[in-house]
Amino acid sequence: MKGFLSFVRKEFRHIFRDKRTILIVLVMPVVQIILFGFAISTEVYDARVDIVGNWSDPSVRRIAGRIEQNHYLRVVSVYETVADVPERFRKGLTDVAVCFERDFDARLRHEGRAEVRLLSDASDPNTAQMIVNYVNGVLTDAQSDLLLKDRPEPASEASFPYVQYMYNPSVLSAYNFVPGVMGLILMLVCSMMTAISIVREKEYGTMELLLVSPVRPMSVIVSKAVPYLVLSVVNLLTILLLARWVLDVPMRGSLLLLLLVSVLFILASLGLGLLISVIASTQKTALLISGMGLTMPTMIFSGIIFPCESMPVILQYFSDIIPAKWYIIIVKKVMIEGVGFGYICQEFLVLLAMTVCLLSVSIGLFRKRL
Amino acid sequence: MAVINVKQISKRYGSCVALDGVSLQVNPGEIYGLIGPDGAGKTTLFRILVTLLLPDEGEAEVDGLDTVRDYRKIRSRIGYMPGRFSLYQDLSVEENLDFFATMFGTSIAENYENIKEIYAQIEPFKDRKAGALSGGMKQKLALCCALVHRPSVLFLDEPTTGVDAISRKEFWNMLYRIRRSGVTILVSTPYMDEAALCDRISLIQKGRIIETGTPDEIVGRYPHQLFGVCGEPAYPLLKFLRTCSGVLRCFSFGSEHHVAAEPGVLTAGGLQAAIEGAGFRNVSVRDIRPNIEDCFMELAKENDYGQG
Amino acid sequence: MDKDNEIIVVRELTKKFGNFTAVDHISFEVHRGEIFGFLGANGAGKTTAMKILCGLSLPTSGGGTVNGFDLCREQEKIKRNIGYMSQKFSLYADLKVWENIRLFGGIYGLSSKVIREKTESMLHYLNMTDLRNELVGDLPLGWKQKLAFSIALIHEPGIVFLDEPTGGVDPETRRLFWEMIYETASRGTTIFVTTHYMDEAEYCDRVSIMVDGVIADLDAPATLKERYKAADMDAVFRQLALKAKRQ
Repeated sequence: MKGFLSFVRKEFRHIFRDKRTILIVLVMPVVQIILFGFAISTEVYDARVDIVGNWSDPSVRRIAGRIEQNHYLRVVSVYETVADVPERFRKGLTDVAVCFERDFDARLRHEGRAEVRLLSDASDPNTAQMIVNYVNGVLTDAQSDLLLKDRPEPASEASFPYVQYMYNPSVLSAYNFVPGVMGLILMLVCSMMTAISIVREKEYGTMELLLVSPVRPMSVIVSKAVPYLVLSVVNLLTILLLARWVLDVPMRGSLLLLLLVSVLFILASLGLGLLISVIASTQKTALLISGMGLTMPTMIFSGIIFPCESMPVILQYFSDIIPAKWYIIIVKKVMIEGVGFGYICQEFLVLLAMTVCLLSVSIGLFRKRL
Repeated sequence: MAVINVKQISKRYGSCVALDGVSLQVNPGEIYGLIGPDGAGKTTLFRILVTLLLPDEGEAEVDGLDTVRDYRKIRSRIGYMPGRFSLYQDLSVEENLDFFATMFGTSIAENYENIKEIYAQIEPFKDRKAGALSGGMKQKLALCCALVHRPSVLFLDEPTTGVDAISRKEFWNMLYRIRRSGVTILVSTPYMDEAALCDRISLIQKGRIIETGTPDEIVGRYPHQLFGVCGEPAYPLLKFLRTCSGVLRCFSFGSEHHVAAEPGVLTAGGLQAAIEGAGFRNVSVRDIRPNIEDCFMELAKENDYGQG
Repeated sequence: MDKDNEIIVVRELTKKFGNFTAVDHISFEVHRGEIFGFLGANGAGKTTAMKILCGLSLPTSGGGTVNGFDLCREQEKIKRNIGYMSQKFSLYADLKVWENIRLFGGIYGLSSKVIREKTESMLHYLNMTDLRNELVGDLPLGWKQKLAFSIALIHEPGIVFLDEPTGGVDPETRRLFWEMIYETASRGTTIFVTTHYMDEAEYCDRVSIMVDGVIADLDAPATLKERYKAADMDAVFRQLALKAKRQ
């Protein structure tokens, strides 16, 4: 026990004496959360909207007014011919054009329906999608207003679907990024740092001395893991606090459940780190493997940036073997939807199986000789 | 009974034969030297003996324990100093020593007597990071770490490589002090002049032991007659000597050239006359006793022929 | 003395790291075409001084010239006009023999034609014609060192710096290596060499011994042995280095 404690103490010394490690382990999570939360947000502020239609038409004016009120949108120009729109896109003067049909107000009033067309410069599809969604939202509201006002009975021939974003009413990207960044950071800190700290001992030759001592390889592994487990929990709490109080991401479910799942995921990441340390013989290799082999697939396949559902089937299956994907699903469910254990049971079991598998394989492969 | 007993050990890495049927016995309380150039297989043999590697063939015992079966017991009884400086550079002198003591289930205080003589020299710097120590001090710290748990056998893999002549001398004095406490020491080195400092030695080259014995025994077995030749200019003289009839081999050893000849073929006087006759200045030729390096070069040649 | 005859001239060269003076006002010359041994205990300031001479580091004060180029202002020219080989880094192990030759020839700006000719003559001289397609990492250490030395000379520098070139090499190869050094020196190239083998110090024309950042003595081995009444250079070195005070 004394040996174990002194081993853990030594690990903490390594961590706290190296400024780079401290930077990666404790500062990076904060920076990432803030970066993802503010800078790399997919929300679009001040999207420029052109109104194409007859400005004297009262319904057009009313809708234009609503668009102007929306703080994500801003009307920049009003004109009558649709043919002008492409030129304005090319010059980069506007993001979306809302084109009203002729006699919009009259048609709406008499026929009960009138057409609006949205033209979007979709060269950046994500942004375009976002803006169209905003405009659609405004149109939907406007429509129900118009209909309510002019015809007391509910409209059956509504031309717009009514969309409500249930768990993220204002469609904040932080709701997606926070669980994603949690997965990414825990994964990085645990697997990369564990792998590097073990491989460093190999590279400096100290592993030779540890192996030659009577210390059991198992206690080498555990004492390497403990400090990073502790740091990861610190990171986790930092992220949760930042998410709650800085990015306004709610914590709807049970904090305890979230912590439990997170510790499980941390263990899975430690297993991955161990596995890397078995393969790699230099710190550079370890860094490369964890960087390219873990971070990239985690970013791509865990649904942080691209939804898995839109990937080819093979890649969807591939994404299933990435632990972070399951963890992120669970975090979303617990944090944002606020569900209990019963609803995440399946994902939890998958993650548990992965953790057990990773840990046993990597401990099995960890050599007691060179 | 031998403390280290190596029987016909072989080890291959792919197609490269690192050790080829190596056998040796080290007696209790002696300093045994394994002498050979880089790549001869010294480190591989050390790693097998300290249970870090498994031999492909053959077996070895350390302190009566089998290196494969009883590796766990061996690990608590030996001290090992790898070839490269292998301590934590970011930990202080004291933290390093304390850590290794705890790893072996002991403490600095418990074994202070055992390491006192060496540790006393670095204790003034105990709060300094190991990475900031000078070469000689690093070496002393590494030796302390290897000794802190009172091992009965000490394995030192090239402890003096890259260390200057003064620190090397000092290091050997430390080894003699350790030997006095009854510890058996196996040490490897590429420096042939250190062979004379060991009780017994094995010369190793290309994975084979080419000679074993006390330094005196090995020198006594040298088959040729040897002359020390000085003269100016030195390099042309070397080339000239190689063309002389009766000369088997000629290499420079510091300020002298060592000329090997079949016994009785050449005399110092005759050789001197021949050299002076060729126009060299300040010529002197004397009969000399070979040193370990002469022996090694001779035996290495035979080994090369033996291997084809 | 004839100024053109000196390939290295160093005056009051000093290098400080914080309040630690690694090299302390050293002055010396190296004659063109000589084998100059640069000895010193670990930490005596040898490596630091050598780095400055190779144009890799700037002196804190003092200065000098290497092959006529100023140590402080013409570092790039120095680098292009010297050869350098060290035990630690010499060649790329994962490149073939001829690829290493071509690479270093290219680095020193030789034309493809010259590189091709040099490759042939070098491989012939080293008896390595059959080994041109071997990976350097697969060669025995002795061969590697000889190849590295030849490659350090590929651009025909006036001076070549050898940093412990023979560490760990077997006794015979070590001597053959020194014979190559003699050959090279006899063709007029200056050799500046560090070593821990004291018998190799005897092979030098002149030897300087650094202690605590200063040059404790500098002369021909025979003169030094006489001065210190020592049988060999090992004893000379020990007498001087034992005076060292700093750790």
